[in-house]
Amino acid sequence: MVTTYVPLMIMILIGVIFGVSNIVLAEILGPRRRNKAKLSTYESGMEPIKSARERFTVKFYLVAVMFILFDIEVIFMYPWAVQFKELGMYGFTAMILFMVLLFSGYLYVIKKGALRWD
Amino acid sequence: MNIDFFGSLPLVAIWLALGAIGIVIQAFVRNNTKLVFGYYVGTLALTAFLAILSSGAKGSSFGGMIVLGGYAAYFDVLFCGAGILAMLAARPYLDRLNAELDEFYTLMVSAVAGMMLMAHASNLVVLFVGVELMSISFYVMAGFLRTDIKSVESALKYFLLGAFATGFLVYGMAMLYGGTGSLDYVEIGKAVSNGTATYPMFLAIGTVLMAAGLSFKVAAFPFHQWAPDVYDGAPTVVTAFMSTAGKAAAFSAFNPVFAAIMPDGVGGITDTMRLALAVMAAVTMLVGNITAIAQTSVKRMLAFSSVAHAGYLMMGIVAGTAYGHSAIVFYLTAYMFMQMGSFVIVGYLEREQGDGSDIENYSGLSKQHPMLAAMMAMFMFSLAGIPPFAGFFGKYMLFYAAIQSGYTWLTIVAVASSVISVYFYLGLIVKMYFTDAPGKKTTFATGTAGFTIAICSVAILLLGIFPWLLTNIISTW
Repeated sequence: MVTTYVPLMIMILIGVIFGVSNIVLAEILGPRRRNKAKLSTYESGMEPIKSARERFTVKFYLVAVMFILFDIEVIFMYPWAVQFKELGMYGFTAMILFMVLLFSGYLYVIKKGALRWD
Repeated sequence: MNIDFFGSLPLVAIWLALGAIGIVIQAFVRNNTKLVFGYYVGTLALTAFLAILSSGAKGSSFGGMIVLGGYAAYFDVLFCGAGILAMLAARPYLDRLNAELDEFYTLMVSAVAGMMLMAHASNLVVLFVGVELMSISFYVMAGFLRTDIKSVESALKYFLLGAFATGFLVYGMAMLYGGTGSLDYVEIGKAVSNGTATYPMFLAIGTVLMAAGLSFKVAAFPFHQWAPDVYDGAPTVVTAFMSTAGKAAAFSAFNPVFAAIMPDGVGGITDTMRLALAVMAAVTMLVGNITAIAQTSVKRMLAFSSVAHAGYLMMGIVAGTAYGHSAIVFYLTAYMFMQMGSFVIVGYLEREQGDGSDIENYSGLSKQHPMLAAMMAMFMFSLAGIPPFAGFFGKYMLFYAAIQSGYTWLTIVAVASSVISVYFYLGLIVKMYFTDAPGKKTTFATGTAGFTIAICSVAILLLGIFPWLLTNIISTW
């Protein structure tokens, strides 16, 4: 019942208090010695040159989407590999089917030239 | 893991064809839309055939997550039929706009795969996968004319609101799971009817959220606002497809989910929910039909009438009886043919006359294109529910189901709003037949879209005159 959630509530409460108190304390107690380098976007990095609100070419997104697809594929393959013997032929066929489908999509992407950069 | 391969053949066929072979064909064959078009029409025809073959093999597979045969097989055939009809109409339409790409047909088939999954689902997660597969395909299809600002606007609107509605749906599923401890329709139904739900409060919240999410997908009040804009902006063949097959798919899921959540004779929260759905259905019909009167664009008028039809269909869910469910199935079939037919004609005239689908463009149509005007008139009569067309018998079944379950007031509202709807449906017919054309006569070839219109009109006549052809099939499962 609801009482089982009491430790969770306490946990959340402590988390909130911890987070908020740190920010507030830093505001109150921290010294303020501002200079130009400290207030720049990257204190010890690149010098920012212009606005970041630019249009990016869609190729970046394509690569990102493709990356996610195959990243997820690998995530599915780990538990399958661990349980390979237990899942047996059923798991094997399912996985092969899954990979064939993904691979045909990959073939499509390459043939359409989605990964050609220029 | 026990899998009925024979029964799941339609699903497997469409997935393999879509995922593996179709895409590979597109990768290697450049600029051959004819081949891709033929291939996908063939795929859908084969899938429909397999679905008919496997319709007797009732059961479940994938650990009870997918039901087979009967109800699901019937919807498979319906969706594949809608897909074929829409593809036939799409080819000349897109060709004229110079927007025909192979990917359009791929998206259409993937939408059909999603719909089939929705009809086959007996588990909320499978339902969710189906809903998403269908919706994402629709979002892309709505924005298919990417240089047309209206098409892009409709895609963005549909996507943003659709994603929001999906959130409701998933949250509702989570709440149902929290309340009953299961995602399976049957298990949820048992928990509700035995009153063994662990947290009845979660169950109630989940039911309301599911109703909200699914009402969005069927475009029922108060979640119908997206429909007119999206249906108006999207390419007309896409509208024809998503306002018919999409709605049918949403109802094919709405129906079993709410049959499980709201079993007969439990009382309490179930009765409240039923009343809420009844009120929603009533307001949907009234809002759809009354707003449709004010429209000057035929496409928008049909969009609002599609909202109203969602209201009629919800009566079957409110009734909750076996008769109510078969009424939904019958009306969905009839609705698919009449709405698809009229949208195809709208799309057809729209591109012929250049500017939009204003009702003024239809004046004198009977003299310019007598066949087209006659078929349009037939679709309008059927949508208004006038015999001997299919729309009449579908409405009769739905109204009768509602009366049987004691919702006489709902039926009175439905009849009243039907009468309101006659005004604008017949208004279009009057425009076509009793006014003179301003412009000169134009001639054009219908292409394959002619098949779609012809099949739709023959089907609504057949279903209107011999409704038992279909009711017999429906009653066998």
